[in-house]
Amino acid sequence: MKYLHLIWASLFRSRTRTLLTLLSVFVAFFLFGMLDSVRVAFNSGGDVTGANRMVVASRLSITQMLPYRLDPQIKSIPGVRKSTYAAWFGGIYQDPKNFFPNFSVGPDYLDLYPEFQLPAAQRKAWEADRQGAIVGETLAKKFGWKVGDTIPMQATIFPTKGSNDWSFKLDGIFRIDDVKRKGQEQMLLFHWNYFDEANDYVKGRVGWYIVQVENAGVSNRVAKAIDGLSANSDHETKTQTEEAFNQSFAKQIGDIGLIVTAIMAAVFFTLLLLTGNTMAQAVRERIPELAVLKTIGFQDRAVLALVLFESILLVAIGAVLGLFFAPLAMQVVSKGSGGFIALPDRLPPESWATGLVLMVLFGVLAGLLPALRAMRLNIVDALAGR
Amino acid sequence: MRIKRFLSNAGVFLLLVVGLVVWMFLSWPMVLGLAVLAALWLFLTRSGRLALAAAQVGIAGLPQRLGASSVIVVGIAGVVGVLVAMLAMGEGFRATLASTGGTDTAIILRGGSQAETNSVITRDQVPLIQSLDGIQRGSDGRALISPELSQVVNLPSMADGTDSNVQFRGVGPAAWQVRPKLKIVEGRRFNPGLREIVVGRGAQSQFRGLEVGHKLKLAQQEWTVVGAFESGDSHESELWADVDVLGPAYQRQAFQSVTAKLDGATGFKRLKAALAADPRLKLDVMTTHDYYAKQSENLTKLINILGKVIGAIMALGAIFGALNSMYAAVSGRAREIATMRALGFRGLPVVTAVMLETMLLALVGGVIGALLAWLLFNGHSVSTLGNNFSQVVFQFRVSPDLLWTGLKWALGIGLVGGLFPALRAARMEVTDALRAQ
Repeated sequence: MKYLHLIWASLFRSRTRTLLTLLSVFVAFFLFGMLDSVRVAFNSGGDVTGANRMVVASRLSITQMLPYRLDPQIKSIPGVRKSTYAAWFGGIYQDPKNFFPNFSVGPDYLDLYPEFQLPAAQRKAWEADRQGAIVGETLAKKFGWKVGDTIPMQATIFPTKGSNDWSFKLDGIFRIDDVKRKGQEQMLLFHWNYFDEANDYVKGRVGWYIVQVENAGVSNRVAKAIDGLSANSDHETKTQTEEAFNQSFAKQIGDIGLIVTAIMAAVFFTLLLLTGNTMAQAVRERIPELAVLKTIGFQDRAVLALVLFESILLVAIGAVLGLFFAPLAMQVVSKGSGGFIALPDRLPPESWATGLVLMVLFGVLAGLLPALRAMRLNIVDALAGR
Repeated sequence: MRIKRFLSNAGVFLLLVVGLVVWMFLSWPMVLGLAVLAALWLFLTRSGRLALAAAQVGIAGLPQRLGASSVIVVGIAGVVGVLVAMLAMGEGFRATLASTGGTDTAIILRGGSQAETNSVITRDQVPLIQSLDGIQRGSDGRALISPELSQVVNLPSMADGTDSNVQFRGVGPAAWQVRPKLKIVEGRRFNPGLREIVVGRGAQSQFRGLEVGHKLKLAQQEWTVVGAFESGDSHESELWADVDVLGPAYQRQAFQSVTAKLDGATGFKRLKAALAADPRLKLDVMTTHDYYAKQSENLTKLINILGKVIGAIMALGAIFGALNSMYAAVSGRAREIATMRALGFRGLPVVTAVMLETMLLALVGGVIGALLAWLLFNGHSVSTLGNNFSQVVFQFRVSPDLLWTGLKWALGIGLVGGLFPALRAARMEVTDALRAQ
């Protein structure tokens, strides 16, 4: 890289042009960073921690509940290491606009979700407190809740003693370090036992079971065995990996991935055209200079490399800045929407990787034609200005 | 000299910001008026005619600068296309739910429930509701109400066969009178008491196995599709059957909602009062129009915000692109512009000429983008998860309003992207520029 200063100097030959190109590359990658991290967040839910987890839900419809008596039956199936259950509660806090997921869970729930980090003392307190609840850090921050607070909730589905008023004592606040699962910090969890006893409508029913299998190899067999338990009954089940279960939801919200890809394609096409045009202009203006370089002994290939690296450098500077600033903007969006849109507050490594590949690719694509032109320059013609 | 230049640039920038804000709020008659004024100035005054002449020179040279000018056109087309498509999606969703229901029908839900999924109305409450004031009576003297139950069922999607949640609605005998918009377009209505289904056209287009005559297995039982209906609203995403058959099939004793035809203009008020007066009924009532409009609120807002944020970021990119190209165009034509200035063209005509050129390119880009969005997306059917955990099928709607919004954005981008290069052209030192290579 002994020619770096040469590339650098030619990059800033026309400051306005370079700056404007940098800015548009910046904008494109800024947008890419935001959209791609949303896409990654949408497609996640199935990394290593959850690989062995499966969800058992009603085959008929997700609003249909399953009998509690399946629990021991599921636990006795060979290959099942642990299992627990949960039920959707659907309560609202103060205003329906403050939507966040809240559900009751079985006693071992946290054992199956090791990524939920709850201090041991708080966990103990929660387990001992029948009407206790735990919430994620994001949610606690949003409403300013502290451990020990009482949280009043309005039921939308399940009244208790004829009234919709439920209240829970906040026993613990859990956090999740994984960027892609940060969204789950918006949850409130409380005990299923309490729910089962206090609600007026359903008794002995859970919404879904979560099953941890010994290894991924047995999951197919276990799933079949679980579904076999209630085949041809009025509560047939469907067992699938947690990833598949989550994705079936994400998919139904609309084909986010497709929309994002379409937008990105539009943005990058424009970007490519723009950078390519800038590079072409830069080479056109510098024809006499390039001819001089060749005259003093630069090889054709060296000239090609110089122009190409210049283009890659130009794209890379803008791109890295853009990717760097994208998460900051995402935090602003998340804050501004009052939690209504919860974007990850860091750029997932996948997005960085894709971004790096893209910046090299675009650098090459944009610079290739001008670089080839520079390489093929005929010294005599170029110096003569023909 | 430098400070003066800086100050004047800052002034122009401020004016530009104000101008853009005003521009975004202008309605089309005002813009038309502005365009007419500009045209009058161009054709009737001396400096206007000079500007026009200068612009002609620039525009005639456009084909030679195809690369640079296409950057502006494609960039702006991209922005406008994406923006219009996103807004059309939000608009389509909103329109579908807004046209569902009306002010002449009301939906009754259990107190505190936000949606039908969460609601329970017990069987013994139905006769009480029937006797309430404010509900229209049919020719047989019975209140026109349809107690309903909606189940979410899994059906394979048309696109890739993955399971989607579809609303399977059981309706009461008065359902057809309560929702007169709904028309059977193929086959016939279901017969009460039989396991027969009529399906919405929207559902038919999105999920497999809903052709008339097909048999479906739902809740361990076989159901026959006997008809298809059109309603132009969100009911088109649903499957309908007799509530008295659907309930037992899913072991449901209670209903979830009651939809009632209201009696005249005061019906809703009377019904609401009657409901509040009856202590046995802890129920909420709202017009179906309000109910469905509320359901679309959040998602429409989200799509609109997203569309505008993405559009704005892209617009910024396009502005940098346009600035770049126009600066290049101006410096490439430095001699030409200087010659004109030497011939006696003043600043204003030169600025106007460059602006006209940019605006023309922006307009072309805007039209292409809007046209693309319209061709690709107008009427494109998509579905999303609605408030009831079930799919709502809707179509992108590229309305003339949205096309207009797109064009406004395009011209706004052109305005910003052209102004500074235009000013540079007008400020160029004639002697230096004439000597330029």
